[in-house]
Amino acid sequence: MFGYLIKRLIQMIVVLWVVSVLVFVMMSFTGDPTYMMVPLDATEEQIAQARRLLGLDESHLVQYWRFLLNVLQGDFGRSFVFRQPALQLILERLPATLEIVFLAMVIALVVAIPLGVYAGANPGRPLSRAVMAGSLVGISLPGFWVGMVLIFVFAVRFQFFPSSGRGPTTELFGLRVSFTSWEGFRHLILPAITLSIGTLAILMRIIRAEMMEVMKQDYIKFARAKGAAQKGVLFKHGLKNALIPLVTVFGLMLGDLIAFATLTETIFAWPGIGKLLVDSIYRGDRPVIVVYLMFVAFMFVVVNFVVDVLYALIDPRIKIK
Amino acid sequence: MSEAARMSVAQPAPLLSVRNLRTWFHTFGGVVKAVDGVSFDVAPGEILGLVGESGGGKSMVGFSIMGLIDPPGRIEAGEIVFEGEDLARLDEARMRRVRGKRVAMIFQDPMTALNPLYTIGNQLEEMLKLHTDLPSARRRERAIEMLREVGIPQPESRLDNYPHQFSGGMRQRVVIAISMIARPRLLIADEPTTALDVTIQAQLLRLMKHQVTQNAASLILITHDLAAVSQMADRIVVLYCGRIVEKGRAADVIERPRHHYTRGLLDSIPHHDKAQARLRQIPGSVPDIRKLPPGCAFAPRCPAAQDICRRVEPELVETATGQAAACHFPIEATR
Amino acid sequence: MTALAQRFLASELFHNYRRNASAIIGSLIVLFFAGMITIGPWVVAQDPYDVAQLELLDSFKPPVWLEGGSPQYWLGTDGQGRDVLASIVYGSRISLFIGLTAMIGSCLIGTTLGLLAGFYGGRLDSVIMRIADIQLSFPSVLTALFLMSAFGTGVEKVLIALISVGWVVYARTVRGSTLRETQKEYIQAARVSGLPNAKIILRHVLPNVLTPLIVVATIQVGTFVLIEASLSFLGVGVPITKPSLGLLIKNGFDVLFSGLWWISVFPGLFIMLIVFGINLLGDFLRDELNPRLK
Repeated sequence: MFGYLIKRLIQMIVVLWVVSVLVFVMMSFTGDPTYMMVPLDATEEQIAQARRLLGLDESHLVQYWRFLLNVLQGDFGRSFVFRQPALQLILERLPATLEIVFLAMVIALVVAIPLGVYAGANPGRPLSRAVMAGSLVGISLPGFWVGMVLIFVFAVRFQFFPSSGRGPTTELFGLRVSFTSWEGFRHLILPAITLSIGTLAILMRIIRAEMMEVMKQDYIKFARAKGAAQKGVLFKHGLKNALIPLVTVFGLMLGDLIAFATLTETIFAWPGIGKLLVDSIYRGDRPVIVVYLMFVAFMFVVVNFVVDVLYALIDPRIKIK
Repeated sequence: MSEAARMSVAQPAPLLSVRNLRTWFHTFGGVVKAVDGVSFDVAPGEILGLVGESGGGKSMVGFSIMGLIDPPGRIEAGEIVFEGEDLARLDEARMRRVRGKRVAMIFQDPMTALNPLYTIGNQLEEMLKLHTDLPSARRRERAIEMLREVGIPQPESRLDNYPHQFSGGMRQRVVIAISMIARPRLLIADEPTTALDVTIQAQLLRLMKHQVTQNAASLILITHDLAAVSQMADRIVVLYCGRIVEKGRAADVIERPRHHYTRGLLDSIPHHDKAQARLRQIPGSVPDIRKLPPGCAFAPRCPAAQDICRRVEPELVETATGQAAACHFPIEATR
Repeated sequence: MTALAQRFLASELFHNYRRNASAIIGSLIVLFFAGMITIGPWVVAQDPYDVAQLELLDSFKPPVWLEGGSPQYWLGTDGQGRDVLASIVYGSRISLFIGLTAMIGSCLIGTTLGLLAGFYGGRLDSVIMRIADIQLSFPSVLTALFLMSAFGTGVEKVLIALISVGWVVYARTVRGSTLRETQKEYIQAARVSGLPNAKIILRHVLPNVLTPLIVVATIQVGTFVLIEASLSFLGVGVPITKPSLGLLIKNGFDVLFSGLWWISVFPGLFIMLIVFGINLLGDFLRDELNPRLK
């Protein structure tokens, strides 16, 4: 177990290092950020000086080395636009993103598990076919377009929900959250639904496929031969076996939700890290883009690690070597 | 005394009486007649061997009795009368009270028959939960008792182990324990030792026989292994391509087979008492069951086949000793 | 050729296809779009990118069945008096061109890398597969978004971004089947007999690893259409001179709050329709070509 943890830790560091190289190389492609920093009427000399100040006159290798040293100290540079540490910007906006991501995940799981299990255990029934067709529509929809339609119907036409922004927030365990008040929750609901659609559809298909696979196993037939009722067989012997693989897709699910949060947050003007990323791309705010990517990479790597350990703990067959 | 009267004196009322059973599968390539007009009886306390090559429809007989035929298969016709009740006509809810409680089944592969995510104790007690109203503590006691009976050492501690912590042979013992724990009247064992090591096959067969006799239950042993059956069974039914080709008392069928297929099967068993130069095989292989030839299905592989065998399907004809064979030219007793 | 056609008509694939309603609906949708992008431009009212054909007076007309709609513009017009239907026809051409081209590019690059990795193994294999692993731990939308933020807008840049995220799935699939295939005796025999590696790969390995790719490739076109739409919606995809369906939605989004819904809703519906059709077809092929699931 200990050896495994060490091995995984080294893997995680290698992945993060590769990501840092890729991010650095790509960012060097995007042109000279000096022009972002100097006034429009700056002279050649001023520009050269600013470039020296930013360290951009040195070789790429030296630049990368300095970048790496800074990153290791938690210094990702300051945002060109906000003039404050980029990491701080991300951390400030993180709770807002986590909030819609978390709610979207809950919606997806609560809807997808019962429907997926039903469709997998009773293939061919009308409801199962409807579930399958619905999930196929779900994965074919552009999520941001769903958000737009929701805004149009529920915010513009009927004004059930606000169309954009984050409602009032309250402090909970040091995080600013909005689901605690009704008004805040009303702001939360449309973005969360929009974000959940794609994940919900994919989950439903995965669960259905797993369930179908499990229902073919001998132990299901043996359980039926024991005289277990169809429902009992389903829930006791099928569900647990079908849901364990879900743990492994948890990392992917979270990744997709974070990625699509960029679009959802843009549509709903939701002040999270996704909108911050998109805005920073428009403004060429390089330090913020870099810190976003490094931060998200760090998050994925940690989540995948936790998922692997969790999987081994849940499934009695797997022993960590 | 008439033939029928003689039979009824010789045998008590059967526990299970399968009459003209047809279980067909409707597939893309045509209708697969996995079981096609099969009739046999199982007396109380009797051990019946159901023998044939793989693909011969033996397992489907077992699944039909259990009511576990999944689409595209279904029971087309026939009766499965068990303790006076036709199982083929029972609805799912009533069938559930038969499964496990009155008829239990053991599957071929013990590696896959147990749910990997539950302890074996849990799976043993599930059977008791389903069919008895024993309190939890009694269930546990009974499970331990049952594990001890099937020869699992330290049953108290093994109860909380998961299936993957047992060897194949041990798992099949667990499966037998699960099947017998509710004291069913009939046990159907579908190739129970095929997936296991040769050295433990005999042990497990003995264990099963012991369990069945102890509970005064009957056993249908489905296997391709005539040698195993000859030591265990009271009577033998030989299936070929979904039909019965021969049935009778075990000693009769083994000593004096009347059907050439049975003879072929017997010749392919190694005998330690006879010096055989080499084992004989049945030439050819089991035909595609969707495209059976007209007449006797065994004719293409039969050493004694004549013209008529390829045209007319032979009837199952019973002799005075109760042995029956479906053959136009049955082997006459010479020994 | 006719013999081939006859064999296809008699095959189990075709037999099952004829009985599978969703497969038929899927192919009808795909056929509809094929017709739309080939002959569509000659059918619709105008070329939405020829300024001379636009009537500013006709701007913001609602769809024909609503009050104020004009029979000339079935699905209404946008702020420049552009026919929404015509924009959709031209936009579908751009979206599908990008989806198909990026799929072909990903397939070629991914298959090549997968074959090399699977056939030669060793360091080449581990380098390619580690890169694939790292990339797979990131959602493709995010990777593509990041690449586009570095490249700037442009059709060819979108293609590069999509191919950069799309090759992985082919490389992994092909590597897996190549490994299985090279274990087989006939390949071993060919190797021993001194046939050049290139010939072995092309003649013996490649044809045997292609089948699973059909499903991947089909579904990927749909995925790419969606990713491209997302990128263009965020303003980092195609340039405004080449509006794909995603960019049309973005343009319509700005006026959505004034109640002018048709400009953005219809392009979205068409995206959904084409991706849905592709997915229906992909699902059918997956069930048919993957015997494990049967």
